[in-house]
Amino acid sequence: MTRGALMLLCASLLVGACERERREFRRDPVVASDEDKITMSSISPGGGQPAAQSSARAKEFENNAYHVSQGKKYYTWFNCNGCHSNGGGGSGPPLMDDTWIYGGSMENIVRTIKEGRPNGMPSFRDRIPDDQIWELAAYVRSMGRAIPQDVAPGRNDDMHPRPAENRQPYVTPIPGGSTPPSGLAPQ
Amino acid sequence: MKRSLGAAIITASIYAGSPWALAWAQGASAHNIAAPPASAAPAEDGQWTMPGKNFASTRYSGLDQINVSNVKNLQVAFTFSTGVNKGHESAPLVVGSTMYVLSPYPNILYALDLTQPGAPLKWRYNPKPDAAAQGVACCDVVNRGPTYANGRIFFTTLDAHVVAVNADTGEEMWKTKVGEINKGETMTMAPLVAKDKVVVGNSGGEYGVRGWVQALDAASGKSVWKAYSTGPDRDVKIGPSFKPFYDGDKGQDLGVSTWPPNAWEQGGGTVWGWMSYDPDLNLLYHGTGNPGPWNANQRPGDNKWTTGIFARDPDTGDARWYYQTAQHDIHDWDTINEQVLLDMEWDGQMRKVLVHPGRTGFVYVLDRTTGEVLSAKPFHALTAVTGVDLKTGRLQYNPDKEPIQNRVVRNICPTAPGSKDWNPSAFSHRTGVLYIPHMNMCMDWETTEPNYIAGTPYVGAEVRMFPGPGGHMGEFSAWDIRAGKELWTINERFPLWSGAMATGGDLVFYGNMEGWFKAVHARTGEALWQFKTSSGIIGQPTTYRGPDGKQYVAVLSGVGGWAGAIVSGDLDPRDGSAALGFVNAMRDLKNVTTKGGTLYVFKLP
Ligand code: HEC
Repeated sequence: MTRGALMLLCASLLVGACERERREFRRDPVVASDEDKITMSSISPGGGQPAAQSSARAKEFENNAYHVSQGKKYYTWFNCNGCHSNGGGGSGPPLMDDTWIYGGSMENIVRTIKEGRPNGMPSFRDRIPDDQIWELAAYVRSMGRAIPQDVAPGRNDDMHPRPAENRQPYVTPIPGGSTPPSGLAPQ
Repeated sequence: MKRSLGAAIITASIYAGSPWALAWAQGASAHNIAAPPASAAPAEDGQWTMPGKNFASTRYSGLDQINVSNVKNLQVAFTFSTGVNKGHESAPLVVGSTMYVLSPYPNILYALDLTQPGAPLKWRYNPKPDAAAQGVACCDVVNRGPTYANGRIFFTTLDAHVVAVNADTGEEMWKTKVGEINKGETMTMAPLVAKDKVVVGNSGGEYGVRGWVQALDAASGKSVWKAYSTGPDRDVKIGPSFKPFYDGDKGQDLGVSTWPPNAWEQGGGTVWGWMSYDPDLNLLYHGTGNPGPWNANQRPGDNKWTTGIFARDPDTGDARWYYQTAQHDIHDWDTINEQVLLDMEWDGQMRKVLVHPGRTGFVYVLDRTTGEVLSAKPFHALTAVTGVDLKTGRLQYNPDKEPIQNRVVRNICPTAPGSKDWNPSAFSHRTGVLYIPHMNMCMDWETTEPNYIAGTPYVGAEVRMFPGPGGHMGEFSAWDIRAGKELWTINERFPLWSGAMATGGDLVFYGNMEGWFKAVHARTGEALWQFKTSSGIIGQPTTYRGPDGKQYVAVLSGVGGWAGAIVSGDLDPRDGSAALGFVNAMRDLKNVTTKGGTLYVFKLP
């Protein structure tokens, strides 16, 4: 479906807001992301789930086709593809699979990009503006399709090395850690 | 058949040393066979002290206890886990009664005591390289081996340090930082020790680094000289003694003028492969890697001094000659493969030659005193190139396969890793034949806009590889150097990424990515023995005489490397462009082998 058609659909349904299409040209002052409750573990002492929170901001980015497609553009601009290929991985781990070393939530991925990770993920803090990092994270989430299908990008115009993001089945992120649980690598 | 073969072997060993007997055994006519210079390949002492075996890089051992008639009984003597799950490209060394095994990143050096049953661990040395180096290693975090000289083991670490370790005690003698991972420089090559110098070079041709080769003082680790592969003559160590054979390599500061302004600063030409040394000529030979970025539209010109072979004075680093195998390389065809030094009759004259099976698809025979190309014959299915012009030395590209920005050019053979990548061939001093483990692959290539950000990849191409004609991806070929043709070849399902080794027992050993370690008849290619190891093999086999006087054969199993990154890096097989396009061809490898590094050592019962 083209963007135009969707617009029409949105308009015709008289829906107050269509999140996929929304664009904000002036953003609110940035909420310090360091105050987000982020966790990289699914256990916590004393029982119950670790305190984690998915911010409204995360939803806003990953449910928005514009942000995701901007993220896709930055993914090559900042040479993410040099290390992660089109999601299948290279010197960096695959991003299109369901297994995450450092967590697969928007907040986790934003952290990964900003701070870097010890086994060779560079820190992009102060190299990429905050909003673009969120857009990158939203695109990374689309690679294995952890976001709605109608938001995920379609196939590339040029070489077609992998199925398009919007053709993937929906996946739920799995906390994988750095060592696969057995000799069998995540597929 | 068996019987007459046995007889031939006995006869040959009776006359061993006599060139006539060898020529006769080979079934060749009067002319004597090629041989490495004696100064570069001393008499067999039962050890294996450097990955190339000797300065001529023949990877041949004269040991002959294990031979064509008894190899079928070969069995495991002992094994040892390196505890590392990445690609094991290194060669196990044996010095005296100790074996040295170097793992890929984190580059742990193990010393095993061969005098004790089961070869227990004597000591280990862990250089603790910076983990971040893993991100800037293009093609798995491999290491191609340690080397031994004067009581010390020398090796490079992924985070661009060179270390010297006391071979008896494992004590660190020195550790020198020679590169900057934050600029994309890593190290994976095996050093060569010539005289009192440890010669090393950098990796990172996919990260916009500037390639160099450097000599460190073996005693102190201090840098003695450093020569870059791009830039002004003084940086490249080109001076009055530089006498290249071809006119295209003559002129001032070609390392600057054959590039767009300043492009040479990120121009690649890294020195991550093999080196050889001729003590008589006092010349060190090394290759230079691909120019950066892969997108060749960004760098019109011949891009000197990338993708070529240098001869240098090891004392000063001064260049003596240079030959470029791929001027203005468009397909990532590094010239870092081994150079086998031989003395052989060529058109009725004895010539000192250097044999180099290149990524371009040709086996080059050069005169190693001048850099003249005597022959360049194809050993791979070719669509991208048509030949080498022996008058100018220039590679002839097929214009139909030249990359065009944002267009997918299809069916380019050979691929980016070339007809053959780093994994070295072996030359048998007995048969006079070169044994080349190589690939049979083609690729589609789309040139894209690269973006230079220091410390991140600088490539500018989308690639996907696939099997070449016949559908198999690997070949193990016996090569007649003089005639420039294949004598026999063994097809393998996956690309061959392991080195070869030849022995005095008329055997050749190699491993495949499924994990089979094989011994074949050096004269016929007949498969004589094979053993399935725990993971795919991409290592370099070696052989030695143990303290008990018996011959052993050693190899590291542990899949990975560029070809095996899909397994060692847990890459996603749905993305064909992963691992720079290798994953497209290697999807099935995940169903055939798993990762894990183990040393295997074999002996006769
Ligand atoms: C120089 C190579 C390199 C570049 C460039 C690079 N990465 Fe990474 N990335 C890595 C490596 C290596 C890791 C694994 C780090 C670890 O395990 O500690 C990684 C990890 C990640 C992870 C975490 C994956 C997980 O399973 O938790 C994400 C997400 C990620 N990178 C996204 C990006 C994005 C987005 C960019 C571009 C802005 C990028 N990377 C650029 C090498 C790179």
